[in-house]
Amino acid sequence: MWQTLYEELRDRNFTLIAVALDSRDGDALPWIEAANPTYPCLIDREHRVADLYGMVNVPEAVWIDERGRVVRPAEPAGAYEGFRRMDRVKREMPVDAARITAEAKATYVNAVRDWVLNGMASEHVFDAERARAHVRVPTDDVARAHVAFRLGQELIRRGQTEEGDRWLRDASQLHPDSWCMWRQRAGVNELGLASQPDFWARVDALGARKYYAPVDMKGMPQ
Amino acid sequence: MVTILTDGETIEVPAGRVEGDRLWLSEAELENATGWSTKKEGLCRGDVCVPIPPGRERDFVRDGQVDVAAAWRHLGKPVVHSQDASVWVLGEAAAERASALQSLEAPNFTLPDRSGRMHSLSSYRGKKVMLVSWASW
Repeated sequence: MWQTLYEELRDRNFTLIAVALDSRDGDALPWIEAANPTYPCLIDREHRVADLYGMVNVPEAVWIDERGRVVRPAEPAGAYEGFRRMDRVKREMPVDAARITAEAKATYVNAVRDWVLNGMASEHVFDAERARAHVRVPTDDVARAHVAFRLGQELIRRGQTEEGDRWLRDASQLHPDSWCMWRQRAGVNELGLASQPDFWARVDALGARKYYAPVDMKGMPQ
Repeated sequence: MVTILTDGETIEVPAGRVEGDRLWLSEAELENATGWSTKKEGLCRGDVCVPIPPGRERDFVRDGQVDVAAAWRHLGKPVVHSQDASVWVLGEAAAERASALQSLEAPNFTLPDRSGRMHSLSSYRGKKVMLVSWASW
């Protein structure tokens, strides 16, 4: 998804780092092989980056400047709700939903380009006050969810699947906003995507709430 | 053998002694695993000390050993363990995560790529970095 953007901007003192929030051994590998990216693609079985940066879904991104300062905290990276209007049998999106999805992606990619080329002068860079206002501050339950999740992942890695799964369930209940935790636990269907009926039921239960958090970016379809 | 997962590290403690919800470590093991140690001021790491309430010393320190789980709870940090108490996770408190996020300093991490090579965010200092999550699910 990001290879073209990375190749375009890699000589501009920019890198992209993808972090796969995947736990089952080898899950992410075929996908990485297929995309054959030239940017670093890291494997994060314990969802450590999600914990440190407050990520709750994929794709979400954080912009970090040359000094190691966050200039845009975690937010959906060019994603749009369009899939919620997908025909769930044919797996096709209505034309206008597909168009808005493409628009969201293009708007985001253009913003990244603007930041890389113009630095702090880019209108998409938040000043410190605005960046702080966009930080997702974790609650005690979120902190507890992350320890439960780590324990669950470690137990599953050791073959103690049943108990591990219980910890993952606890984690997801403590941090219901995290689609990463929920989907990591959910079974996978024959397409390798967690898009079985449970997933759709959970999406539908959102009602008017968003699947992807709103993005404060000029021109971004909401 | 007890495995302790701390913020970013996995530590094996051969001599860890479990007693229900308690995990007794030697002072050296405590400091090695967590960076915290016990002093006359209480539980300390660097310049920070958290006093132990008078009269409750034996809840934390007994026979030269420290109950790291009690210490962790006293510090307001989350701690969980597996049923058989062979794996413990010592997490960070929400307030610590929150203040790190509000500082806007990007927290460092080290993770492997597909070939097992380790990458640290800090090694990309000097470049703009777009850090993006994805998943196969």
